[in-house]
Amino acid sequence: MGLAQRYRLRLQRKRWRLRAFRKRRELKPVSNRTDLIRRKDVLVFCTLRNEGIRLPYFLKYYREMGVSHFIFVDNDSTDGTAELLAAQPDVSVWHTRKSYKRSRFGMDWMNWLLRRYGHGHWCLTVDPDEFFVYPFCDSRPLPALTDWLEASAIKSFSAMLLDMYPKGRIDAVPYQAGQNPLEIAAWFDSGNYTVKRNHLLENLWIQGGPRARVFFADRPEAAPALNKIPLVKWHHRYAYASSTHMLLPRGLNKVYDEWGGEKASGALLHTKFLSTFNEKAMEELKRREHYAGSQEYVAYASALKDNPELWCKWSEKYINWRQLEILGLMSMGNWA
Amino acid sequence: MSIGIVMLAHTALHRAEQVARHWTKAGCPVVIHVDQVVPKKRFRIFAERLADDPLIRFSRRHHCDWGTWGLVAASQDASQLMLSEFEDVSHVYLTSGACLPLRPVQELVDYLKARPRTDHIESATTADVPWTIGGLDEERFTMRFPFSWRRNRYLFDHFVELQRKIGYSRKIPDGLTPHMGSQWWCLTRQTLASILEDPKRKIYDRYFRHVWIPDESYFQTLTRLYSTNVVSRSLTLSKFDFQGKPHIFYDDHLQLLRRSDCFVARKIWHNADRLYTTFLSPKPGQLSLQEPNPGKIDRIFAKAVDRRTRGRPGLYMQSRHPNEDWENGVTAAKYSVFQGFTELFTDFEPWLSQVTGARVHGHLFAPDRAHFADGQSFMNGALSDNATLRDYDPKMFLTNLLWNTRGERQCFQLGPKSTRHVMWDIAKDPNAQVSVISGAWAIPLFQSNRSFADLRREAAQLQKIETEMLDSLRSPYSKCRRRIWTMAEFIESPMEAIQVIVDEIGFQPNRRLTEAPRIVDLTGFGQFLQNLKNQGMHPYLMGDFPADPIAQGPAPDALRPRPYLVKD
Repeated sequence: MGLAQRYRLRLQRKRWRLRAFRKRRELKPVSNRTDLIRRKDVLVFCTLRNEGIRLPYFLKYYREMGVSHFIFVDNDSTDGTAELLAAQPDVSVWHTRKSYKRSRFGMDWMNWLLRRYGHGHWCLTVDPDEFFVYPFCDSRPLPALTDWLEASAIKSFSAMLLDMYPKGRIDAVPYQAGQNPLEIAAWFDSGNYTVKRNHLLENLWIQGGPRARVFFADRPEAAPALNKIPLVKWHHRYAYASSTHMLLPRGLNKVYDEWGGEKASGALLHTKFLSTFNEKAMEELKRREHYAGSQEYVAYASALKDNPELWCKWSEKYINWRQLEILGLMSMGNWA
Repeated sequence: MSIGIVMLAHTALHRAEQVARHWTKAGCPVVIHVDQVVPKKRFRIFAERLADDPLIRFSRRHHCDWGTWGLVAASQDASQLMLSEFEDVSHVYLTSGACLPLRPVQELVDYLKARPRTDHIESATTADVPWTIGGLDEERFTMRFPFSWRRNRYLFDHFVELQRKIGYSRKIPDGLTPHMGSQWWCLTRQTLASILEDPKRKIYDRYFRHVWIPDESYFQTLTRLYSTNVVSRSLTLSKFDFQGKPHIFYDDHLQLLRRSDCFVARKIWHNADRLYTTFLSPKPGQLSLQEPNPGKIDRIFAKAVDRRTRGRPGLYMQSRHPNEDWENGVTAAKYSVFQGFTELFTDFEPWLSQVTGARVHGHLFAPDRAHFADGQSFMNGALSDNATLRDYDPKMFLTNLLWNTRGERQCFQLGPKSTRHVMWDIAKDPNAQVSVISGAWAIPLFQSNRSFADLRREAAQLQKIETEMLDSLRSPYSKCRRRIWTMAEFIESPMEAIQVIVDEIGFQPNRRLTEAPRIVDLTGFGQFLQNLKNQGMHPYLMGDFPADPIAQGPAPDALRPRPYLVKD
């Protein structure tokens, strides 16, 4: 890497940080309990809008995993999400009416809060429909993983987005608050992903899965990126560059081994395709607040008219993390 | 007699306290060394909490950075204190604050009582061990290391390089043969006292102070001077990963640890409550004199190291993306590629799948779609037959297919109409077994009723592409197993060729084929080639075909077109 390129990336990082600093004024605290955060706590950061129905299970899932504090940005929900969150003892909430799109899909807000409260902590940045899975997550709490990463001098941990879907119509089984969404969306694609390398930021670019198969079969290059690096030992100088797909400085994106070995990695079970999806897709189509002119939602809307089934004969039913590790979607690396 | 425990603690002091009390309850005195990095206040609280125990002492505190002299100094001081304060200690066991005794203390005492003169310390000469980190073995004893390997890698590496260049070498004190090994030892009072009271200790200390990672070599080397009986094995179960960092034990290792019959394990995660409560509560029942047997744990951790350094062949994923030539297996399994066979034989695919039991696909890289076996539109792993999706990354399509179908032999057809350049990926893959009948693409043309001008153009194009494909197969970079016949060669003795291919797939080794696939009717094919030639398009890939095969000899019943029959 030449000096010029290095400097360019540095400027880019500074730009994202400056943007986050500017956008901090859009955030109004609803309940700030960050004084409860202790030195070694693992934190969850999340932006959401009208996800009240998902929250009870979301909070339960991550609390049981060993997360000590949640930091939310509520993008003007109208379904009582903010009230629900404000009532939780381990949650801090900020509210904003401003545009999700113009804050780079919430990343500016996240970068600011990460910088302000995440410094020195292991921070997990996820969406309310994403469930983090890591090796041994059924027997070891999240702090076991972060302690190990720390001892191994690893600063970032990747977890590929794994789209989960139900068998049959997406809206066939209505989702109830508090229910484990994986009971409904229990299926996934195990082996149709493509991996490319982004040589500038050194991250991998993963595409594929049911969304590429069903919605983007005719233009796979437009299929959504599935590579994510949600768990980072945050430093106030860091910044997420594009969603949680990649970070700056770019060394944090090297979550993969180039010499044949496997580094440890996890997965984010993405339970977007529930009964709540159609409504959400229609709303997002109207708001046009999502990535690349919401082209993803345009594709969904046109395909959803025909009532697609994401499930196919070779879909795999989710059992546990060991299954994902055997299928090669994640790896234990040298954590045993 | 009893054994004395020297404990080096630096974090999770509440666990150190718990373990120390476990030792003293069984009558073993404990000397604790607390790292200098622990704040004074915390140390004082810790010391006060343990003040009620008459068998616990605290030794002088040192800075114990990884790989520095401080660890040796701490062990020396603590051992000295142990020997002078507790007269009846016969063995001294060095542990860390993250160590956990797995068996009743009495079993350890009995075990050592049965071996009163034995020193348990892993100690091997540098030439014989592969565990060195940073590529330094002999040199760690002959160079100087003023810079920290962990914090100042750049200076460390360059200083080593500089010393190599100018040929700097320290003198090893007379009488010492450098030995290395795990830092967790158990020495007899005699050996330890001899080491600590050696008149030349000052010289040795001065020397080892500048050796790299002295805690792995100081006692290991000096023990060899005094001990009458060294068992080169640590009584502490301690596994290291590929970076020389200890593996950590968690609650889910409980059964493994229990079955290992080791006396002490390192290192335990400080929140592994179940391990601490299980192993620190008294165990009813008979004491056993079992030898430690960490075989199973060894295998699990060896596998983890292997996974981290070599990975699973043929897997491309979020945390494994090998550079070219570092894949350790481009694809997950051996597979066979056939070019020209479906064209020459009428029933090649079903025949092959019947004879070999392999999964036989059609043209996987055909322009319209991926022709999976049995006409399926999805394959294992929800791999789609969509041509656009496939051609977005044809190489990953191939590696995905082979990864998803591990354990089942895959065969597929290729041809000049396949996705361009995929032949190149296949050619570079040692797992590929490619068989080509060159020029067989002319048969479908020959059988079709299209206008001759069309045929001529297409033949020219296909011949050009196939020539390129053959070039890549024959290139010096090609690593696949290849067999290339011209069509004429192949037809001479098809059975022989097919037998070789089937043997290679290897499901029924060394069995003669009893049933052969049927070759299509080739009457008039020679004339067809001649026609192409007459039109100025020179077909050469199929070898020499006589213009009129019938001219070779009179056919007995020439009325019926007769296929070439393959006979055994």
